[in-house]
Amino acid sequence: MAEDINSTPEATIERIIDYLKENKRFDGRKLDEFRELIIEKNISKKAEGSVRVRLGKTEVLVGVKVGVAEPYPDSPDKGNLMVTAELLPLSSPRFELGPPKFDAIELGRVIDRGVRESKIIDLEKLVIKEGEKVWTIFIDIYSINDDGNLLDAAGIGALAALKIAKLPKYDEKEEKVLYDKCEKNIPLTDVNPIPITVHKIGNKLIADPTKEEEDASETRLTIGISDGIISSMQKGGAAPMKDEEIFEAIDIADRNWKELFKKIEKIIK
Amino acid sequence: MTEFERPDGRKEDELREMKAKVGIIPNADGSAMYQSGDTIAIAAVYGPKKMHPQHKQNPKRGVLRCTYNMNSFSVSDRIKPGPSRRSTEISKIIEWALEPVLDLDKYPNTVIDVHINIIQADAGTRCAGINAASMALAHAGIPMKDLVLSISAGKLDRTIVLDLNKAEEDFEDGEGATDIPISMTNSGELTHLQLDGKINSKQLKKAIEMARKSSKKIYEIQKKALKESVNF
Repeated sequence: MAEDINSTPEATIERIIDYLKENKRFDGRKLDEFRELIIEKNISKKAEGSVRVRLGKTEVLVGVKVGVAEPYPDSPDKGNLMVTAELLPLSSPRFELGPPKFDAIELGRVIDRGVRESKIIDLEKLVIKEGEKVWTIFIDIYSINDDGNLLDAAGIGALAALKIAKLPKYDEKEEKVLYDKCEKNIPLTDVNPIPITVHKIGNKLIADPTKEEEDASETRLTIGISDGIISSMQKGGAAPMKDEEIFEAIDIADRNWKELFKKIEKIIK
Repeated sequence: MTEFERPDGRKEDELREMKAKVGIIPNADGSAMYQSGDTIAIAAVYGPKKMHPQHKQNPKRGVLRCTYNMNSFSVSDRIKPGPSRRSTEISKIIEWALEPVLDLDKYPNTVIDVHINIIQADAGTRCAGINAASMALAHAGIPMKDLVLSISAGKLDRTIVLDLNKAEEDFEDGEGATDIPISMTNSGELTHLQLDGKINSKQLKKAIEMARKSSKKIYEIQKKALKESVNF
């Protein structure tokens, strides 16, 4: 029977810090290096777009569904966007049943802002009848195995799923979405936002932490970036960061964005 | 009887193409995927572990706790994430289906969590979930008297068929569709039976017999996947 699986032993955390002093990680990666990224598309035929994203042992499923709804009162000329994340108890002994806890809520919200603020979805093209009927784009995220950095995996998944997602036909007379008739893609602009989270451990900055490394992390900065342009950020954790650390984190995010986006492009073609 | 044709051309007792894989979730103590046609279920087992809160502990035997959850994008009309009345009921049904093969007396004060997630749905999701969970429990090394095999029998108009897909579940001609999800041990004991529709006892008997016969195919698939998980 496993004992306390809900935290990494103090001795392991101390060793992670010692290794980082010599710019080393347990798995031999460079400090700013991601684990192997594997993306598999169309994992659910019932989604308008769906992917499985693996970063090392971390795995998430991301699906895009669309529906028809009323627009929000403050944006009658725009489609709606809704992002939810579920940290399934299936994916980690640390996740419990019950209403979404802070981590799931934050994950969904940070992904939402990364997508929304980058304006990747051309929401104005999702109006069926102004003020009355618009498309709602749902991006739903499910964790399957948590070995750290679920957020970046989810963000990669959100971008990839949006890129391949189709928009079904809408039968205005019957007021019905014809899910099996998809002709167009979801209207996207030419940005490609990916959230990249940099963690501070000791005085070192690392990308794509494993679960153990996340447990050792003092603070983190998530940077929603597309080709050098930042459109969302979130600092999490209580330890302070210096200006130069923030800009180094942005450099790390920018470098990784190029590599990650190349892989996403390969999948969506 | 023979003139009836299934929408996808299958024989009456023909199951959809099955796939199974064990050991798909590294964090879990046991895990498995089971696919029947376009229905895909995954299951993870955590435990036996100490039951919290303490007042839920049973000093005589362990507790099996199942959760069944459909991904929002597993069906055409998006499902709102989170538990529903339907998923709550199915979760309990799954507990009842699996518990008879477990020797929970050996694990007092503990809980075995079985989490089932439906990735893609084309009918028969609870059956696929039970098949995945049965393998995941075995993979977790929990002593089992038998594997549990689950299959949805059904009646389309007057013809008994097995492993209905969604198009068949929505069949409306004649007497319409009767859906009979059944789970049983490999030795043939029923551990789960539900029915929605219209049927007489002779027809039900035939449906159960057909399901029992074809469940052997599921047993072979489960056994093969479990063997593969230890062979590399």
